[in-house]
Amino acid sequence: MTAITLSGVKKRYLKNPVVHGVDVTIESGEFVVILGPSGCGKSTLLRMIAGLEDITEGTIAIGDTVVNKLEPRERGCAMVFQNYALYPHMSVAQNIGYALKVSGMPRAEREAKVLKVAKSVGLDPYLTRKPGELSGGQRQRVAMARAMVREPKVFLFDEPFSNLDAKLRVAMRAEVRGLHRGLGVTSVFVTHDQTEAMTLADRLIIMNQGVVEQVGKPSEVYHRPASLFVADFIGSPAMNLVRGFFGEDGHFRHGKGGMIHLPTVAPSLVSQEVSIGIRPELVRRVPANTKDAIAAVVDYTEELGAARLIYADADGSRLIAVDHGTDALGTGMPIHLAIDEADLHVFSQDTGRRIELGAAQRAATNSRINA
Amino acid sequence: MIERSPIFDFITYATMILGLVLVLVPFWVTIVAGSQSLQEVSQVPLNLWPSGHLLENIQTAWARADLGPKMINSLIVAVGVTTGKIVLAALSAFAIVFFNFKARMLCFWLIFITLMLPLEVRIVPTYSIAANALLPFQTLLDTFGITSLLEMMSGVRVTLEWNLLNSYTGLILPLVATATGTFLYRQFFMTIPDELVEASKMDGSGPIRFFFEVLLPLSRTNMLALATIMFVSSWNQYLWPLLITTDRANFGTVVMQLKALIPAQNGTPDWNVTMAGALIIMLPPLLVVALMQRWFVRGLISRDK
Repeated sequence: MTAITLSGVKKRYLKNPVVHGVDVTIESGEFVVILGPSGCGKSTLLRMIAGLEDITEGTIAIGDTVVNKLEPRERGCAMVFQNYALYPHMSVAQNIGYALKVSGMPRAEREAKVLKVAKSVGLDPYLTRKPGELSGGQRQRVAMARAMVREPKVFLFDEPFSNLDAKLRVAMRAEVRGLHRGLGVTSVFVTHDQTEAMTLADRLIIMNQGVVEQVGKPSEVYHRPASLFVADFIGSPAMNLVRGFFGEDGHFRHGKGGMIHLPTVAPSLVSQEVSIGIRPELVRRVPANTKDAIAAVVDYTEELGAARLIYADADGSRLIAVDHGTDALGTGMPIHLAIDEADLHVFSQDTGRRIELGAAQRAATNSRINA
Repeated sequence: MIERSPIFDFITYATMILGLVLVLVPFWVTIVAGSQSLQEVSQVPLNLWPSGHLLENIQTAWARADLGPKMINSLIVAVGVTTGKIVLAALSAFAIVFFNFKARMLCFWLIFITLMLPLEVRIVPTYSIAANALLPFQTLLDTFGITSLLEMMSGVRVTLEWNLLNSYTGLILPLVATATGTFLYRQFFMTIPDELVEASKMDGSGPIRFFFEVLLPLSRTNMLALATIMFVSSWNQYLWPLLITTDRANFGTVVMQLKALIPAQNGTPDWNVTMAGALIIMLPPLLVVALMQRWFVRGLISRDK
């Protein structure tokens, strides 16, 4: 099996740095998803692994071999492209078998392999068709079959589903997952869709502006975001992030004179500029007379069916809460919200990094991650 | 754009029909005149209805202008230019579009500029090169003093000479070296998505393989369009063959022979034979266009999927 080791990988176009130094090891047989907003360098990173981009600095090793100087074909990677990149003049069978033909495999053996792979992705009725006569989903399957037929050491996926409609995307996601379970080949998948990333990945690599923000299991990334960027990027609706500082009296001060009573968190962080974060589903609505309740005013609500989102204003800071109540809530109505200190994330405003808090908080996140 | 207006329809149809008539009338006159006898063709005004002497006129023209061997010459030149051009165009466009080298843009512009210098403009220098294709090298040797150096050392004076006059090479090469084909191919190659190039890299195919197995099959319609244009234009070449062939008996082309068919100043005005000859001579390009026009149109408008 094959691990991929990136050490100090950098990419510059002329003088513009695009990837600022990535150190990650992708374990053998692992399904890793690189997630990030567009322009964060995730595709560039993938293409450097594939050999389609030069590596400006650092090394990439596939297995035990440093591949910096190797041609794409010598690296043992197969790639699935966003726009399928099928050869328009070749039939499905020729498309799938092209790599084998190039490698000089005898015709009979080649055809047997193509048929086997085509069957496994349900393409066998279409072998003689041209890509132009196939639907988007079928084309994507051809692209996958083309990658599979070579029995590569590594699968690379460059946003392969972004041209498919929502329903097909979900179906293909399941297929890719099943494929990986069956073959157990080390896979790297690039996407900007966090649902896709969360559902597919054994581990996530989250990138922003050419820097790796966090590497971890999906639940880890969700429940213990390592930076402000990750906290904000992962999760929908996004995490509530409130900027302010802790006073000596155990209150967090934010917005236009807002105060949240957080007695256990406060003492260690007094007067530091921080952002506190809490997931909307952990913000509770409470009766008006509850102790330490945060008073807020409803801006608007969004009905989701199973629940609704309340967008509220607490002294100038935006708070979103997932609410299961059914009472009428109109703009301007007062509500009261409460949070548990154990659910809280704190990020340094200077560095954007997470600040680890006490044992109680760690225990709470750990139990969620392992759930 | 769809416009529904009877008047507009009428005007467009009228214009098209007028155009068609303008194009077809000369053809008609050629056919008519070519099928008449000497007496009929000398009538004024010309009777615009064909007569029955077409075959004998064609025979006379064929024999008089020695069209058999000349047809073969023309065919060799036209096919030679067409193939040469396609090969050159595809290869040079391949280099310009898919390879990253320093002088890439310079090369492209050098080729592109030749579009502004058709053969007619540079006919004198082209002729002098054709008279001795190694002349540029000789000039280089002379300028850098290598010739005199060699002469001093060995007593032999180096004179490079490669005469292209009166040869198929001479007839073909200068017509091959123009930019139209390269430009057409470049435009087509630019529409090939990068991902396709990368996919073939991932599949392990090198540049040569990619060229033959992906690019060439994809550019088939382009190739046929270019072949049509090149065949017709090289078949119709008059000035260059006239200039480079002094040995007309062996290397003359049919278009040059057309001149031989025109009645002499005080000779018999047998325009019927001239017209019959013209019919023969225009037949091959006409056939090529008729057979290729479907591909031709497709290749120029857009590419099929």
